[in-house]
Amino acid sequence: MEVTISTAELLTTDGIPLKQSLSKAERRNKLRAFLLVFPLLLFIFVTFVMPIGDMLLRSVDDSQINSVFPNTFDEYKNWDKGADELPPEEVYKSLFFELANGDKRQIGKALTRMNYAKSGWKSLIKKTTREIKKIVKKGEEPVSYKDTFININKLWADPTYWYSFNQMVKDRSSIYYWNALDRTFDEDGDVVLQDEKRRMYIKTWLRTFKVSIYVTIFCLILGFPVAHLLANLPLRYSNLLMIFVLLPFWTSLLVRTTAWIVMLQQNGVINGILVWLGVISEDGRIQMVYNEVGTLIAMTQILLPFMILPLYSVMRVIPKSHMRAAQNLGAKPVTAFLRVYLPQTIPGISAGGLLVFVLAIGYFITPELVGGKDGKLIGSWIAYHLKTTLNWGLCAALGAILLGIMLIFYWLYNKIVGIDNIKLG
Amino acid sequence: MNDTSQSFVKFEKIDKSYDGEVLVVKNLNLDIAKGEFVTMLGPSGSGKTTTLMMLAGFETPTNGEIFLDTKPISKIPPYEREIGMVFQNYALFPHMTVAENLSFPLEVRKISKPDIKEKVQKALDMVELGNFGTRFPAQLSGGQQQRVALARALVFEPRLVLMDEPLGALDKNLREQMQYEIKHIHDRIGITVVYVTHDQSEALTMSNRIAVFNDGVVQQLSTPNILYEKPENSFVAKFIGENNTLNGVVREVNGSSCTVELDGGFGMVKALKINVNEVGEKTQLSIRPERVSIDNSTSGSNNFSGKIEELIYLGDHIRARLDVCGNNEFIVKVPNEGSFNHKEGDELKLSWNSEDVRALDL
Repeated sequence: MEVTISTAELLTTDGIPLKQSLSKAERRNKLRAFLLVFPLLLFIFVTFVMPIGDMLLRSVDDSQINSVFPNTFDEYKNWDKGADELPPEEVYKSLFFELANGDKRQIGKALTRMNYAKSGWKSLIKKTTREIKKIVKKGEEPVSYKDTFININKLWADPTYWYSFNQMVKDRSSIYYWNALDRTFDEDGDVVLQDEKRRMYIKTWLRTFKVSIYVTIFCLILGFPVAHLLANLPLRYSNLLMIFVLLPFWTSLLVRTTAWIVMLQQNGVINGILVWLGVISEDGRIQMVYNEVGTLIAMTQILLPFMILPLYSVMRVIPKSHMRAAQNLGAKPVTAFLRVYLPQTIPGISAGGLLVFVLAIGYFITPELVGGKDGKLIGSWIAYHLKTTLNWGLCAALGAILLGIMLIFYWLYNKIVGIDNIKLG
Repeated sequence: MNDTSQSFVKFEKIDKSYDGEVLVVKNLNLDIAKGEFVTMLGPSGSGKTTTLMMLAGFETPTNGEIFLDTKPISKIPPYEREIGMVFQNYALFPHMTVAENLSFPLEVRKISKPDIKEKVQKALDMVELGNFGTRFPAQLSGGQQQRVALARALVFEPRLVLMDEPLGALDKNLREQMQYEIKHIHDRIGITVVYVTHDQSEALTMSNRIAVFNDGVVQQLSTPNILYEKPENSFVAKFIGENNTLNGVVREVNGSSCTVELDGGFGMVKALKINVNEVGEKTQLSIRPERVSIDNSTSGSNNFSGKIEELIYLGDHIRARLDVCGNNEFIVKVPNEGSFNHKEGDELKLSWNSEDVRALDL
């Protein structure tokens, strides 16, 4: 009999195409699976995806001020800066009416934004608005709006104020990102460094990286032997040790951080003991807290479990026979460790390292409390702008940069180690 | 063979205890000749693996000394013993390819690169995995991993190879196939092998000699056929092969034979005197199922009858479970010659030679 290989699609016994029949049979299961995860999906969308999206939008958003001064900005765009020293009459006129009739709250918000561009805007506009309202009340119509403004305040004849409009006339602006990197726009709209006394972010970014890398390294050095011990001790002892590792998780972060202050401060426990032992003199008490050292010590202790646990979970499943096999094959214990044991712990080292680094880079409470002036990390600035200056645009930009850096690290890490190699347990 | 000057591995008065209260190995004396395949067989917890680990250097004897090639080795660390070992779960290094696994022992011995390559290829060819060098252990089947482990234990030409239940993780067919392969490799390269298993058929298939362990003591050390046919105590009789037992009391001793009165008044049995000494002693009689004949002639010196409780058809033979002298677990293997036409419940006449009955300890 001749065998023919059919290229047509497969059919079921009833003659329905197999694929169609299969997807029909699977549909119910898929729907059920989807419905089961739907609440979680919704929760994640509302509490995670949306806020992050909102943050990213906010970091480039400049639409509020545009909605307050739409006509002024339109007219402003017609100003030929090369030909005229000051903007044309129409700009002054539009601004006059938008200040006279605008919503007080919205103008207030816009003023905050204007002040980021050039300090002095706030008081200038506030004074001017008061005068303009008087003029409107009297029912006079100014002959020249430009002269009226300049009569109210001479600063209206200062073109640098007007130049600062440049960075606000678009709905989207990158100013917050530049601010987050100690940069701003000059009169021509070019990116320049901030004044020396206003540069603080780059310094903080660098310190954040430095501290995060150090904390990660210290955690690895301290955590590796503990995890090894945990994985290899008899259950009776390892359970006890595990409780010591987990104990910090059951203690409030604030309590642990303040405990470190008690330990490390100049009149604290450690200095006291050192003085008592005669290692240091009464005058030579060491400054160990309210600086970078304090941040390093406290953060290392607080983040240590995040290194130990992934390491432990990886080490636990490495058979003990591997070290024995390596020695049996002629490798000295050190060689056996380096060539057989260590490579197998890399998934744990990477998982722990990434976890500690990512947590450290965005850490806030501990550096805020024990960091003092030169131990603060970028998280402190985010909190400061969020709560004190209410400059949410800058907050969002700092946050977005932090997110971007983490994604870059994640990408690099995937390139070097491979994300499949991560093992959290 | 048991002369000290000739033995390649010698355990001398070895005791081992982990907690200072229980002896895991008691007064072990064992000699292994060069090129021999010796199996330590025993149930779990009998001390066989501990003995192997002491030889490999991962456990220290609490008392006594182990000699390898006449030199004491207790002070030598494992990595200098030049003993190859196949571990229970192979212990292949998962982050290295097969070839890297095999190169490892050669690299730590600082052998030149070309030599390593050649030796690794030779070892892989020996286990018929010549083309698998670039694979990772996880990409191999259980049997292939087993062969890699074997090749790795042999590639650095050790003086001695230890195997700790190396076939335990394989399924039945593969296990039998690997038994023959290991045996053939041993025959070919003539290396000394110490093998640990709890599977008696594995031990019988492969070994020159078997040491049966129980309770930290070697119960009997002998060749497979002697162990099976002439067990020296009831543990060995029960542990190796299938065994029918009848309990009784020694009534008469006559040189190398004795007469035993069965418990329950089922009569007298003539047996070989192995592990009993005096009249009046309690004893357990051991008879292999295939030594019981069911023909009706009364040729044997011991004639009994039994009721068929169960018949199991096994193709080449029929397995009959009988109730004989109060023991309803009495097994008889009837060769399938086509003439057996009894049913369950029938009475069968049984007989056996007194040389096939061994009177052992109870």
